[in-house]
Amino acid sequence: MTTQLQGEAVGQQLQGAFPDAVTSWGDGDVRVQPDSIVDICRYLRDTPDLAMDYLSSITGVDYVESFEVVYHLTSLTHNHSVVLKTTLYGRDDVELPSVINVWKGADLQEREVWDLMGIGFTGHPNMKRILTWEGFPGHPLRKDHLGG
Amino acid sequence: MALPSESITINLGPQHPSTHGVFRIRVTLDGEVIQDIEPIFGYLHRGTEKLAEERTYTQIVTLTDRLDYTSSMINNQAYVMATEKLAGLEVPERAQYLRVLTAELQRVASHLMGIGFFLQDLGAMGTPLMYCFRERERILDLFEMICGARVTVSYMRPGGVTQEPPPEFWPALKELLSEFPHYIDELERLILENEIVVARTKGVGLLPRELAIDSSISGPNLRASGVAWDLRKADPYDVYGRMDFDIPVGSNGDSYDRFLVRVMEIHQSLRIVEQCVQQIPDGPIRSEVPYFFRPPPGDAYAHVEASKGELGFYLVSDGGIAPYRCKIRAPSFINLTALTEMLLGWKVADLMVIFGSLDVNMGEVDR
Repeated sequence: MTTQLQGEAVGQQLQGAFPDAVTSWGDGDVRVQPDSIVDICRYLRDTPDLAMDYLSSITGVDYVESFEVVYHLTSLTHNHSVVLKTTLYGRDDVELPSVINVWKGADLQEREVWDLMGIGFTGHPNMKRILTWEGFPGHPLRKDHLGG
Repeated sequence: MALPSESITINLGPQHPSTHGVFRIRVTLDGEVIQDIEPIFGYLHRGTEKLAEERTYTQIVTLTDRLDYTSSMINNQAYVMATEKLAGLEVPERAQYLRVLTAELQRVASHLMGIGFFLQDLGAMGTPLMYCFRERERILDLFEMICGARVTVSYMRPGGVTQEPPPEFWPALKELLSEFPHYIDELERLILENEIVVARTKGVGLLPRELAIDSSISGPNLRASGVAWDLRKADPYDVYGRMDFDIPVGSNGDSYDRFLVRVMEIHQSLRIVEQCVQQIPDGPIRSEVPYFFRPPPGDAYAHVEASKGELGFYLVSDGGIAPYRCKIRAPSFINLTALTEMLLGWKVADLMVIFGSLDVNMGEVDR
């Protein structure tokens, strides 16, 4: 059975390593500052007792007043998982550092989030639309797409 | 004397017999050798995630059929599990057994199709594919008995399954189970040690273990690279915890291993089906769930081991009758992450072998 790590335990451990980066935690998730996402992900992957070597998925959610990017991380070594969330404000030029250098599996998924949700990933080598075509108007999964 | 050479760029697809749907790759070649590729997605994009935001939780089951249309049962299962997690619904034991049973039959059907088309890509036109389809038809006949549909089944619902299998289903299933070993044996004798298959696939399109994990590859493709990671064992759902089965693992991570792992998984799936038939208890097949239901605000992620890999649904509820957000973690899509690394340096003739060995389904890639 994959153990869902407690947000509190992971949150406190992360807070020890990155004092300003962790904002809050829930049952199974930890909320972090967007600008430190790459350092936190690298820490989660490289710390032996966490060893989050597998990026299950990256999701963008539009809460209208903010965007949320959700990372589902799994450790194949320890068979446990944790959810990392980060909140982004604003509607235009929403950007977040790319984690492609931590997990290559972020490549197509970050392009999908950009294409459908309009959240750009800085440092991604090929930040292009993927499911729609270049020149497609807007980002279809936003709640205000085509006037909502 | 070295002759000057110039690289050329050719376009493959989206209409191409071996692209398993509508996939396009722009390939840069130096002579016959692949120098660079650019996969181009989206020809089958239907906006499933957006459509899901405007349908009730029950209606979305029909959308999931159309993701990977060769494994609808497993897609149904992944989705209803996410709704159950979100809304805290109970699932009767008999329904869990029926889900595992149908999902495993579906896995056999899907792997048969994957194997058949893979051999078709190798140039074995017709014969092996027809063998595979003959057997797949038998499974689809069972699905037709159980829910009236062969491909887009929509058999599962939040809280259970739609209907009890008719009385004639069980003898038909037993007959199938008694005949299937013979079918698979026949198929194995035809293909497993076939000289051409071995020559074209052994050592071709290597996917090293580390690259596979780093690129979030899942399913038979990950296991062929030597990682014994199967969500049915690693994170058992429904009644998989009670089933006795093995995880076939490859050693080289080449096209042959990916193909072989699928063949071996068919045997394991049939073992699970047999155990389900023996163990299935009597009882209700669905808990009381109204057609419209409102899960409490929050989010939930559920994943299953689909025939192509880890299929996950991330649902966000705002307390309404439709999900606020429905994200699909599609294994076929993410399995293409390492395609460039796998193809570089191989000849253009190997391109379709390597791509075919990944067994992707475009309905799921483009969603």
